Amino acid sequence: MTTTVTAGARRPTAPRQRGGAGRWIREHLVTMFGILALIYLFVPIFVVVMFSFNDPTGRFNYTWVRFSFSAWADPCGISGMCDALLVSLKIGVLATIVATILGTLAAFAMARHRFRGRAVANLLVFLPMATPEVVAGSSLLTLFINLGMPLGQTTIFIAHVMFCVSFVIVTVKARLAGMDPRLEQAAMDLYANRVQTFTKVTWPLVLPGIVSGAMLSFSLSFDDFIITNFNAGQTVTFPMFVWGAYQRALPVQINVVGTAMLLVALILVVLGRLISKLRAR
Amino acid sequence: MSIAAALPAGGHHAPSAGPAPSSRSKFTPYFLLLPAGLALIVFYVLPTLTLATTSLQTGSLEQGYTLTWHWPTYGEVLSQYWPQFARSFGYAAGATILALLIAYPLAYTIAFKAGRFRTLMLTLVVAPFFTSFLIRTLAWRQILADEGPVVSFMKATGLMHLTDALGMTQGRVLATGLAVVIGLAYNFLPFMTLPLYNSLEKIDRGLLKASEDLYANSWTTFWKVTWPLSLPGVVGGTLLTFIPAAGDYVNQQFLGTISNTMTGNAIDSLFLQQRQYPQAAALSLVLMVAIIVLVSVYVKRAGTEELV
Repeated sequence: MTTTVTAGARRPTAPRQRGGAGRWIREHLVTMFGILALIYLFVPIFVVVMFSFNDPTGRFNYTWVRFSFSAWADPCGISGMCDALLVSLKIGVLATIVATILGTLAAFAMARHRFRGRAVANLLVFLPMATPEVVAGSSLLTLFINLGMPLGQTTIFIAHVMFCVSFVIVTVKARLAGMDPRLEQAAMDLYANRVQTFTKVTWPLVLPGIVSGAMLSFSLSFDDFIITNFNAGQTVTFPMFVWGAYQRALPVQINVVGTAMLLVALILVVLGRLISKLRAR
Repeated sequence: MSIAAALPAGGHHAPSAGPAPSSRSKFTPYFLLLPAGLALIVFYVLPTLTLATTSLQTGSLEQGYTLTWHWPTYGEVLSQYWPQFARSFGYAAGATILALLIAYPLAYTIAFKAGRFRTLMLTLVVAPFFTSFLIRTLAWRQILADEGPVVSFMKATGLMHLTDALGMTQGRVLATGLAVVIGLAYNFLPFMTLPLYNSLEKIDRGLLKASEDLYANSWTTFWKVTWPLSLPGVVGGTLLTFIPAAGDYVNQQFLGTISNTMTGNAIDSLFLQQRQYPQAAALSLVLMVAIIVLVSVYVKRAGTEELV
């Protein structure tokens, strides 16, 4: 933080710059581009939110007609959409729970222990994150085809656990790596046994990492389309509903869900900041 | 990383360094790794193998497919789908460059100019991605639509004549390759911005000051100091953008047209509509190998072994 302040304060005192408006523009050109980029990021979001209040004439919510609350008043008015949402929520929660448990255990092993095959383990964790989704999704499909396993919620769940585990491992590992080992040593020095050290010191310190790993997992699972599409069979998740709807009809309710997702996530971020501020006090 | 390396030495490694390491501490990491490791081996490594064997099968959906080590499938899919391959890599490269051009000033602003707004700006960078990927892409369909704001602006300013002449647009933006590239660049922008921010933020401000003291102007300082030091972020960001973009087909489906499909579209349709599993598997495997080869050449040329 202090470095930023000094860097900012240094600018105006730089003596070798020519004065005038040209200089001001040159100095702030990058910042202007940065702010433009930020605005650009929000253009589609603005469209998503705006069109959730649209009242389109046809089946497709593509052109603006008039302002209306009707879709917000009746979010489940489209057949199949809320069922698809429930499927996505269910798979998201289950996959997150399993991936978080598996990932946290593995992260402890990888951050806290030296063992043979560490490099292999690292590679095994890294590869699923570096594989394009089409390849990961289609590979899993060939496995299920070869095993004769029927496609459905179970296969989607398996696929989601597979790609979420790596993200949980990386997140929790980073948290463990950033922890001060002296805190645990201090607990041991103060005659805490292994279990007490873990429950009183290690666990509370790692928990934020586990929570962010779980949240990342849930958002990846809830929003996944490509891998799910390959392994879903007849099951329809919310992203698959949007994919199907895009060809037949595009109801306003889809934008309502898109806007609601954004709101829920922003509320969670603000709550998270508040909690960490309160804990810091 | 240094703390992680130091940890086992202080905590767990010390006892096992003795003459007789207890079996408990020796096997603990393997027990902890077992569930996740098994999941990744059974549902990541094994599927990669079944993908390979499926690509060498022959038969039909009705009679079933059997492994006959039929290599010619690879030649067939390559000769039939090379335009899709070319577009996948072309669009992904275009999207990566566009994302870099947008993300660099953004990451630079956050790292050097944002001051106390830094956390807020970082949150704003990821906030648009809290909503659904597909819904975001559909929004681009509305923005780039024929009667939409972008096309009207381009027509009014005459920009459309220029892009038409360059072959980027055809009197419209939607359904062209440009629309797909714009969608891809947008959707993977955080993957570019965050690694760039990470490496820019780490740069010692003293080096920039030193460069200025040695009479370098801000342009020279950028190219001689800031840019080289941000290269790990550039490499990481371009990889994290290029890899998913090359495999994506959602942007193409929503923003492109039937005549500019990518490899992902072909894999999807071969697997799920035409059910020609061997061809589909071969195509998928070729895509993965091509990406791995491209990425390793790129990482070598970029001169950094630091991935992500």
